[in-house]
Amino acid sequence: MSTLANLWRNLPLKAKIGAALFGFFVLVAIIGPEFSPYDPSYANPDPNLLMGHPSAQHLLGTTQTGQDIFSQMLIGIRLTMELALLVGVIATALSVLVGVTSAFLGGVWDEVLSVVTNVFLVIPALPLLILLLGYLPQKGQWSTIIVLSALGWPWGARVVRAQTLMIRNRDFVAAARESGEKSWRIITLDIIPNEISLIAASFVNTVLYAIGTSVALAFVGLTNLNSWSLGTILYWSQSQQALQLGAWWWFVPPGLAVALIGTSLVLLNTGIDELGSPRLRASRGAAKIAGRRIWPTDPTPVLAQLTAGRGRLAVFLHSFSRGSLLDETPAGGELL
Amino acid sequence: MPFLLRRLAFYLVAAWVAITANFFIPRAMPGNPVQSVLAKYPNLTPDAEKALALMLGGGNQGSLWSQYVTYLGHVFTFNFGADIANFPTPVSTLLAQSIPWTLTLVGVATVIAFVIGTGLGILAGWRHGGWLDRSLPGLMFLQAIPYFFLALLLVDVVGIELHWLPTGQGYNGATTQPGWHLAFIGSAIQHAILPAFTIVVTSVAGWMLQMRNVMITTISEDYVVAAQAKGLASRRIIYTYAARNALLPQLQGFGLALGYVVSGALIMEIVFAYPGIGLLLLNAVSSDDFPLMQAIFLVITFTVLIANLIVDTVIVFFDPRVRAREVAR
Repeated sequence: MSTLANLWRNLPLKAKIGAALFGFFVLVAIIGPEFSPYDPSYANPDPNLLMGHPSAQHLLGTTQTGQDIFSQMLIGIRLTMELALLVGVIATALSVLVGVTSAFLGGVWDEVLSVVTNVFLVIPALPLLILLLGYLPQKGQWSTIIVLSALGWPWGARVVRAQTLMIRNRDFVAAARESGEKSWRIITLDIIPNEISLIAASFVNTVLYAIGTSVALAFVGLTNLNSWSLGTILYWSQSQQALQLGAWWWFVPPGLAVALIGTSLVLLNTGIDELGSPRLRASRGAAKIAGRRIWPTDPTPVLAQLTAGRGRLAVFLHSFSRGSLLDETPAGGELL
Repeated sequence: MPFLLRRLAFYLVAAWVAITANFFIPRAMPGNPVQSVLAKYPNLTPDAEKALALMLGGGNQGSLWSQYVTYLGHVFTFNFGADIANFPTPVSTLLAQSIPWTLTLVGVATVIAFVIGTGLGILAGWRHGGWLDRSLPGLMFLQAIPYFFLALLLVDVVGIELHWLPTGQGYNGATTQPGWHLAFIGSAIQHAILPAFTIVVTSVAGWMLQMRNVMITTISEDYVVAAQAKGLASRRIIYTYAARNALLPQLQGFGLALGYVVSGALIMEIVFAYPGIGLLLLNAVSSDDFPLMQAIFLVITFTVLIANLIVDTVIVFFDPRVRAREVAR
């Protein structure tokens, strides 16, 4: 537990914000449906509630047929998050499997698996997904999860392969092999634990891909349109002309939710990146020396340069001040 | 093998995989697509039925192998048969009508986004920790917005509330006809502003973040310090020493991200009712027009592959090491 607390403390601020935001949506996905005030599919016949503005009874207004959008959101977030997390787990597992196998076996296997990975990386995924789902007679949550996972692994596999190739040549792996360890033990106990941060980043990326793509697919209508997800809410708002009728409360909440989940994941990923290579962290920026802004990339200042442009008297007076002592101490320690 | 030839061979393999997948998907999927198409469109001619069976399987067309060979022949001559939803217009005619719209819009907007994003990334990486660098988390929000959602917002605010710009179609059909004259081109540009803006805004942060990260690692390299020690002007160090080298991973990323950008742009076209491939794809999906869907998949894949080849050519131009390696062999 204390290691977890330590990890949290070392996490860059960006990652903390991202994790908190993502955690919020996970929480909504878990408990949200319990709090849904109405049945999301119930069409209220009250004429005032056809495309009703947001009000105290209907926090996010109603649809053209009088359905409560707030309830649809609470249930839709669960379905979308469930899909994205499942695709994240399955596709990341696939990418670790392919990446590690490819790097560990080497030779012809590596060549073949690398070509396959790169081919699937370069073929645009969305049109292929549309084609696959278009042929399925029954479209729904599970078919989307399977198809998205089947096409979501190449990026992760490529990164994992590169990392495995590097670790495979380290001394401790050689030592393990010399002492007669079996390959699967080396892979699961020596190699994969050393790739955890990479796998985590790949998981976050895959979840991001799953959310964006699944919402886009639902928006085109390639899903079970009777279930409520962020994508299907957007689909119905588009097909029922919410935009043309000015019902912003219909398409803004689901779109904003997708954008916020996406932001949280991007922030989380940048944070993980910075954890791995501290150089990428935002530094404090310019330092002020003798009233001048000096950037880390500027050459180390020389006193004569700093005082250039001032009057003789000012330089003479300055040499007595505390500031001049600061000027003369080598600033490089701070700057480089 | 020279770098470019090796890449070309790889893209040919990728194209073959796409073509083959296209052939086997309808045959492997549950259900009988030909039957469902015939049930939906009963007035197809026997010829069209035969073409359909060739594309989707089923019917007595000989062995799978001979079907595959005939199919390959059709793909190479861009003969995708007659479209079933707009019978008897050939599929290739529909494609030829919509490709120029998407290609121009997505191509120009992506290049603009890439140039702006890379430029901002250079500055943010150089002034690491400066205001531009610290504004990145805000820009990430723009990156996470789905293309089509930003499109919806723009149509709502700029188009419907403010009436500043047109929000639908590719040109104003009431006042002009397509052709190479000023009125049409002006109208087309006016209609393309919002879609192009959508692509630029949502993709610029990604390029910027990537360029910034590479820039930061590059400026701590010894040759940059050496250049500073020599007293070269910052501008020269930034552009000819640091950025030129940082650009190479960025260009490689450009090729890989292209498929993603194109996918997003397809969905966005639907919101703007832009007469490109995306809208065509939506119509194909909603009317179960399988031959059209398959042809669109192939055309998009080929376009992305060709664009990747162009990017590789640019990399050869920028990276003397790639050329040197060839000479050394």
